[in-house]
Amino acid sequence: MTVQKSVSQTMMALNGDEAVAWAVKQSNVDVVAAYPITPQTIIVERISEFVHNGEVDLEFIKVESEHSALSASWGAALAGARAFTATAANGLALMWEILYITASTRTPVVMAVVNRALSAPINIHNDHSDSMGARDSGWIQLYSEDAQEAYDNTIMAFRIAEEAMLPVMVTLDGFTISHTLQNVSVLPDEVVSSFVGVRKIPRVKLPSIHGDKEVPLMLNPKYPVTFGPLDLFDYYFEHKVQQNEAMKASVPIIERVHREFAEISGRSYEPVHMIPYRTEDADVVLLGLSSTMSVVRKVVDELREEGKKVGAVRLRVFRPFPADMIRRELSGFSTVGVLDRSLSFGAEGGPVFVEVRSALYSSSSKPAVYNYVYGLGGRDLPPKLIKKAFNELLEARGEPGRPVVKYLGVRE
Amino acid sequence: MVATAVWRPDIKELARVEGRERPVESGHRLCAGCGAGIIIRQIAMAARKPLVWVNATGCVEVATTIFPYTSWNVPWAHNAFENAAAVGSGVEAARKKLARSNRFSDDPDVELDYDVIVLGGDGGTYDIGLQSISGAFERRHKILYVLYDNEAYMNTGIQRSGGTPFGARTTTTPVGKVIKGKPLFKKPIMDIMVAHGIPYAATVSPAYWNDALVKFRRGFEADGPAFIHAFSTCPLGWGSAPEDTVKIMKLAVETCVFPLYEVVDGEYRLTGPSVSIAKNPDRKKPVEEYLKLQGRFRHMFKPENKWMIDKFQEWVDKQWEVLLKRAGY
Repeated sequence: MTVQKSVSQTMMALNGDEAVAWAVKQSNVDVVAAYPITPQTIIVERISEFVHNGEVDLEFIKVESEHSALSASWGAALAGARAFTATAANGLALMWEILYITASTRTPVVMAVVNRALSAPINIHNDHSDSMGARDSGWIQLYSEDAQEAYDNTIMAFRIAEEAMLPVMVTLDGFTISHTLQNVSVLPDEVVSSFVGVRKIPRVKLPSIHGDKEVPLMLNPKYPVTFGPLDLFDYYFEHKVQQNEAMKASVPIIERVHREFAEISGRSYEPVHMIPYRTEDADVVLLGLSSTMSVVRKVVDELREEGKKVGAVRLRVFRPFPADMIRRELSGFSTVGVLDRSLSFGAEGGPVFVEVRSALYSSSSKPAVYNYVYGLGGRDLPPKLIKKAFNELLEARGEPGRPVVKYLGVRE
Repeated sequence: MVATAVWRPDIKELARVEGRERPVESGHRLCAGCGAGIIIRQIAMAARKPLVWVNATGCVEVATTIFPYTSWNVPWAHNAFENAAAVGSGVEAARKKLARSNRFSDDPDVELDYDVIVLGGDGGTYDIGLQSISGAFERRHKILYVLYDNEAYMNTGIQRSGGTPFGARTTTTPVGKVIKGKPLFKKPIMDIMVAHGIPYAATVSPAYWNDALVKFRRGFEADGPAFIHAFSTCPLGWGSAPEDTVKIMKLAVETCVFPLYEVVDGEYRLTGPSVSIAKNPDRKKPVEEYLKLQGRFRHMFKPENKWMIDKFQEWVDKQWEVLLKRAGY
């Protein structure tokens, strides 16, 4: 992140959950429907306080489950509201059915996912098994490195969701970010409000019902629309392809919203989808997501002091997956290490690795790609282990050695 | 419950409006004799405001919305099976927020003054959707939830639900050599809903259209969540003749298998023919008259299974006694 000139902002000591709650408070959200789950609870608590103190005017539906949280958010969004929900781990798993329905009906719900390990065994600490499990559900996924970025991503998510007509998941690491105080630059209310505006309803032509008139695409007795019909083999396939096209079409929207946000906040996340660090002359790079990458950058600095040509790449947008950018930016390195904080049982490596290697397979010069699975259930990843991984990658020197998938920090 | 004057449907006016403004167009694919089609139209005839219609997965959903066609002339949303009440909660909350912030006040193409109706079948209500209805009622969303009860999962091929009556043959409670039909009774869904302390709950048999329309209207007028349990004959699943649909709907009431009543702020009141049966118990018909028109109960008429009819009658009598007491008889 680079900081440019910007409007005057208030520095507040907030943890990641509070930063998300602040973003929601400022973003003209009409309806929140959420259910408490550790480590997301601070989000719903803070929003409740804002509502009960009259600091924000929104309807907070305190639902009886996460399944209903997303269902109510969907109903609210179809009725014309800007809708937000938040969850973690098992809560996200309970929403699974409705994740797909929300995306497939092109409904712009925004959800914060405070990354936590999935049961069993039950574990409240951080890994990415929850949101990675939802990677194919049709949601845009933005991974945040710290509380500041969780705040920024949440604000941007409303714009992205509504312009792309797709739901957006903003993730932040459980406890590491959600419960850790950080200095967060909070924009003035009116700046955020004018950046996100109020929810605008797209207008469409539905010739068979409403002729040439462009009608608001919402639940509206003036111009009735049927949402969620039965769709069989004669149309379903085309609709799925269109949905995939919508995901691709969201790429320039995501980029534009980031650039416009940089103008008001001075915080630029260029080049948006993934952020390289000291990669210019690197031999090997380590790619990963979220809070871990701040430690990786520290290790890069230390190894650079020793004269080792290493760099780091932080992936911010996992869906839509920036395959072209991965090919463009990573194919020049001899060796690429990929960090995964979740497992895809039975697959050859974690989900980030599988997709990065797949993207690089069609590059002209194929780097050797190794996978490091780490941090499951909140297991710490100390700098010495990251250093160990870098040294292995340097030794590999582009050779496609075995094994390609390794665990970092697990007992043998 | 703040119902001021009681609304009385005017059949001539309804006939006139019905021909012009149908919520569901003809051409839908509900079976001949399906009760749900009648219920949908009665709901719309009783509406006091424009409607936003939320539908659970089920017969009505699949029969009215096969893409690229829709039968609906009202805004309509279907999400999944178990969450219609949660979706309705979201719609209602959004409407409230958008209306109070005058969001679309300058847009003549948007109407925010509407009632939210949620329609679910017995599977979506007794079973998989129970939790989301309970949550919506606890939170006091102003929605009218209508259960069209055809007493099994008809859409998937007649499997038993928590609403399937004792003895009934379904594809998951077949009439076998050992177990004959469903060995268990219906879940007391009205009691469960009334226990939420909602301002209005009622039972409806579409055969008594006047009673039904008044109740649907009172459901819309209720100051909070309302629940209506509508009896819905299913010729396909019940093995009944399509032309007997209304007759069966009447017999269900006349035998007290499905008594008509409403619960207003916890006060029970019998309505329609159930009042005259309460006053003149001789008018209560034996359950055989109801059972014999339906193939799903045919096995109960074999001499060796007569105990099943007795058991059915016993259950009906007991339920009726409890209801009479509650209604002050």
